[in-house]
Amino acid sequence: MSYTAIADQPDELHDPGSFITRYIWSQDHKVIAIQYAVTAIMVGLVALMLSGLMRLQLGFPDTFDFITPSSYLQFVTMHGMIMVIYLLTALLLGGFGNYLIPLMIGARDMVFPYLNMLSFWMYLLSVIVLMSSFFVSGGPTGAGWTLYPPQAILEGTPGYDGGILLMLISLAIFIIAFTMGGLNYVTTIIQARTHGMTLMRMPLSIWGIFVATILGLLAFPALLVSAIMMLFDKLLGTSFFMPAIVSLGETLEYSGGSPVLFQHLFWFFGHPEVYIVALPAFGMVSDVLSVHARKNIFGYRMMVWAIVAIGGLSFIVWAHHMYVSGMNPVFGFFFATTTLIIAVPTALKVYNWVLTLWRGNIRLTVPMLFAIGFIFTFTHGGLTGLFLGNVVIDLPLSDTYFVVAHFHMVMGVSPIMVLFAAIYHWFPLVTGRMLHTGMGKFHFWMTFLGTYAIYLPMHYLGFLGVPRRYFSMGSTDFIPESAQSLNASITVSALIVGVVQLIFIYNIIWSLRNGKKAPANPWEASSLEWQTPQVPPAHGNWGPTLPEVHRWAYDYCVPGSVEDFTPQNVPISQTNMSEGEGEGISDHELTDKDDKQ
Amino acid sequence: MSVISQLSEKPWLPNTAPDQQTLNSFDQQFGEKKTALKFFLGIVTVIFSLFIVTFLERSQFPDFQALAGQPWQPLSDARQLWVNTALLLISGLALQSAAVGARKNKTLCTLLSLGIAVLFSLQFLLAQLWVWQDLAALGYFVASNPANSYFYLFTGIHGLHILGGLCVLAAITFKATRIAINNTKPCWQNLEASLRLCTTYWHYLFGVWMVLFALMTSSAETYQLLAALCGF
Repeated sequence: MSYTAIADQPDELHDPGSFITRYIWSQDHKVIAIQYAVTAIMVGLVALMLSGLMRLQLGFPDTFDFITPSSYLQFVTMHGMIMVIYLLTALLLGGFGNYLIPLMIGARDMVFPYLNMLSFWMYLLSVIVLMSSFFVSGGPTGAGWTLYPPQAILEGTPGYDGGILLMLISLAIFIIAFTMGGLNYVTTIIQARTHGMTLMRMPLSIWGIFVATILGLLAFPALLVSAIMMLFDKLLGTSFFMPAIVSLGETLEYSGGSPVLFQHLFWFFGHPEVYIVALPAFGMVSDVLSVHARKNIFGYRMMVWAIVAIGGLSFIVWAHHMYVSGMNPVFGFFFATTTLIIAVPTALKVYNWVLTLWRGNIRLTVPMLFAIGFIFTFTHGGLTGLFLGNVVIDLPLSDTYFVVAHFHMVMGVSPIMVLFAAIYHWFPLVTGRMLHTGMGKFHFWMTFLGTYAIYLPMHYLGFLGVPRRYFSMGSTDFIPESAQSLNASITVSALIVGVVQLIFIYNIIWSLRNGKKAPANPWEASSLEWQTPQVPPAHGNWGPTLPEVHRWAYDYCVPGSVEDFTPQNVPISQTNMSEGEGEGISDHELTDKDDKQ
Repeated sequence: MSVISQLSEKPWLPNTAPDQQTLNSFDQQFGEKKTALKFFLGIVTVIFSLFIVTFLERSQFPDFQALAGQPWQPLSDARQLWVNTALLLISGLALQSAAVGARKNKTLCTLLSLGIAVLFSLQFLLAQLWVWQDLAALGYFVASNPANSYFYLFTGIHGLHILGGLCVLAAITFKATRIAINNTKPCWQNLEASLRLCTTYWHYLFGVWMVLFALMTSSAETYQLLAALCGF
């Protein structure tokens, strides 16, 4: 029975003849991945700096004259949008997706390399357009990362003119870039897997990236639709989202539009976006945990089904972001229920990660530390999500620092912990060098403890009712003095964590030149990306012939096996079994068709 | 092999992978493009579905004035739009004929059909612009009513999709002309694959147009019914 289409055409692979086609206009998925990653990290550093400025204002109000109420709102907006879209989505899918997909499924490249290259350049254009909004009159938009109308396009909101236009145009370009890349990822995974790489032999990283890409392809159109309609409202004076309104004493020509409609569209994109970020992180952390615990991932099939189930359910939970928007209250019951349902497969994944660690031969490497750190931060953020998913608890906590703490733990810190784990784990593959372990461990502990020092107190601020997005609290009776001390402490922690990230950047730059030379498979991983003839993989990845896959990606410490791990491309007949065990296994092997041939 | 049985595999056991078939280079490339096109059409479907849902919701607000339903409303007489529909249909059928021509290596038929497809598609776009001009001349500007706004939005976005398809079609026409000059058989096979995908895209956009056409020429009562069905 045939089920997949694979053919090796090394001759047809685009050939990088010159320096420019090899490193700049490159169609090689590995180079494109690095281009994506470097751009995303650079723009992420801008967003990190913006958060530092926000924290300076919150921790020490009336101290920094250059932070005005308008600029504060602009920092909040740009920080949020950059982190969610231009860093996390781009790095996880554009960076890791591009690098890992062909290598993990045994392909030479993406199926549409030229389109892949265009995807990166469109992404870079979207970043440039976004960054240019810092330099236009009025500055970038300060409408909040959700860009809710009517205030997003009305006078009085910072960047209501050029800023919001550039934001919307940048988002539209980003979506085009993502679509180009996304079509490549899904088609490559469906059509270009090597011999023996069945869907259920794919590592969970690929499953996470695959489902997240499908989510992105179906959810980003909602953002595109809302951006186009808001551009119409702003530029042509239509009233899709704009109600009849009096602004600064003047009656505007808008009438009858529905701001809540925008919110529905935005969150129809916005909630799947959480999983567009989370699912690749779930997949990659599963692989890191398994490799460094020397155990197969616990409940592989359940993990795959959970990824698919979460992907499907993520489209029917969006309005839990809108309990206070004035929508029909009956919706609240439905969306609270679906939110609780989506927690089931998510919790199942957490249990499976913990059970993978259970009685594993854990190697506390830097990637493993970050991966274990992720289990803590994600569980923490996930549990507070159960609070906010319920209407009656959400109402008093809405728009407070409890929400800020929740979403930073669950979709800020957690995916970033996985990103760090992934960078430490796959850096040797990408560069042929190991990252410095001492600096890595320092980076982990400072980041892990630091993020708790930042976000744990924020939950208490939220319980007190301290509102988010406020430039200054002023004299508010229900907020005690101690809240300000807590804010100052959070700021100090945030600044320390921010500076520690520079050590990570330094570690990368230092290790590129001075890092210990990486052996071919430094973590003794069994997945396919570590089995290339050269490390880092050369153009075309696999030398003259494509690898053939004979097993899943998690054969670690298999009972009876002499080896600690068996790579995916080792035939069953060549498995090294200890005496007494070999015969039993070879009985199985006798039925293996590949071996018979 | 069904998706469910694939997802039920137990990969930790030996011998769980069924046999695989290696396709030749052409079939594989065609399969890749076909898969990508399916996903792309899925994305376009989401875009238009979301626009339509917002349209139905917006249509229930008191300031919405449908463009059809009463004799004095501009789209009650939709003859102009029917002409445009015919143009798009002819271009789709011409593309189909070009694909058949390429399969049978009929150079003249392929080139002629391709030319007709490009010409009628361009004609469709110009005719849509003509409808815009007529509406504007009657005082139905983009911002004067949400129904007008949606008309310009729907036709504009649909037109952009046709325009994108035309860019691809232009490249194919160029290739076809070169193949006709050199007359090489394997290239016709490649071209046929591209033409088949283009035809699918054109037929799909024709379907989208029919939905948009029906929606924009419906009466306020129809919108009320559709909106009620959607729960608005």
